[in-house]
Amino acid sequence: MTAVQANNLWKYYGDYPALRQISFQLETGQCLALLGRNGAGKTTLLRILAGLSRPQQGILRVLGRESRDPNSRASIGILGHGIALYEELSALENLKLFASLYGVADPEDRARRWLERTGLDTVSDSLVREFSRGMRQRLAIARAFLHEPVLLLLDEPFTSLDDRAIKLLQGLLGEALARRSTVILSTHQLREAMELSTHVALLHRGQLTFYGERPAEMLSDPTWLYRTHGES
Amino acid sequence: MKLLREVCVVAGKDLRSEFRTKECLNAALSFAIVILVLFSFAVDPSSEQIREMSGGLLWLAFAFAGALILNQSFARELPNDCLDALVASPVSAAALFLGKAAANWLLLMIVELVCLPVFGVLYNMSWLGQWPLLLLVFLLASWGVTVIGTMFSALTVNLRLRELMLPTLIYPMMIPALMAAMQLTTVLIATSGVPPEDWIWVRLLVGFDIIFTSLAIALAEVVLLG
Repeated sequence: MTAVQANNLWKYYGDYPALRQISFQLETGQCLALLGRNGAGKTTLLRILAGLSRPQQGILRVLGRESRDPNSRASIGILGHGIALYEELSALENLKLFASLYGVADPEDRARRWLERTGLDTVSDSLVREFSRGMRQRLAIARAFLHEPVLLLLDEPFTSLDDRAIKLLQGLLGEALARRSTVILSTHQLREAMELSTHVALLHRGQLTFYGERPAEMLSDPTWLYRTHGES
Repeated sequence: MKLLREVCVVAGKDLRSEFRTKECLNAALSFAIVILVLFSFAVDPSSEQIREMSGGLLWLAFAFAGALILNQSFARELPNDCLDALVASPVSAAALFLGKAAANWLLLMIVELVCLPVFGVLYNMSWLGQWPLLLLVFLLASWGVTVIGTMFSALTVNLRLRELMLPTLIYPMMIPALMAAMQLTTVLIATSGVPPEDWIWVRLLVGFDIIFTSLAIALAEVVLLG
């Protein structure tokens, strides 16, 4: 089954085309590493896939539906630049809130299970504003995964994560892919991305300069794609 | 049923956050009471004139204090990119908007219900005899104020001067609701009931609420996504 089908997507910020003629297709169970320099359009593309922004042109189908379809959104998990957690709510309240928003049957039970999974069960009633950076990161990971999404959109997920959070995220992504969930992650951490990805896309100034299965060369030399298809 | 559940979840989240910090509530309450106190120095509180302008005075205080609550409605979603997480969730934009409006409505009602006895004491006025009708007017007018304010709070959330822009944009839009609220409040405080010719203001409030709630629900998705 096709998880994401993008056909000729264009997105402008004013007169500047942030995305140009983006077309690709990703099947369920595949993991796409979205590569590119800063400003290449990775975050813009992820925001469009998440339904947070609309393309000015082109057709996008996410999990067989429009990206703003509530059923699509219920099946998407997002981990962006911000942790998307409320500072004045406790860890448990935050997870219960998002479990309720995603229509999870027993939000409290699900929230408690994820707090346990992320090692935050002992501080479940503490406010997020009292958390260390690493604890916030783990809670944000729990927030993104707690409704068992079938499509995961991760925007530079490994950036500024501590070792424990990286290990947690890698484990969860491995499990998600084993369940045949689809993962799209933008990243500058090429080694971590190459370990997970089945496909690679390289964006350069809003255009896809490469899209396809992960080249074997990238396992030993992650920068290979930049040298051959991107700017030097 | 699903819409109602989503509205309750969003409103509950906003109210829990607010009651924990009390940032908006304390600011709005203090501001409204300060306005009432200052006006009591500016005019003779025992004069008949003040009875005739009681509605105007009260609703000016509520409108100014309300802007403080409305300004924070979507602004509290900005830290940590929480607004993105809400918009990306399967909750409809209408439910998101109604949940926020409901929370703001309740907070504004708290400000009004605290200020009313203060007003009664400062200006030596009795409003207890008319409290059911007064409550109806407050509920209807506050919803009108809230529904417009919440919509413009979403529109201005990313503006640098949003604290200034929001009141500038919402007060002109609120004029019909504020006029009706002022007129009805004055009539209820100054006289013993609403004369038949003044029921038109109640109908205006109901119409205002229905029209602007429908418009806000219809436009919520466009406002949130751009």
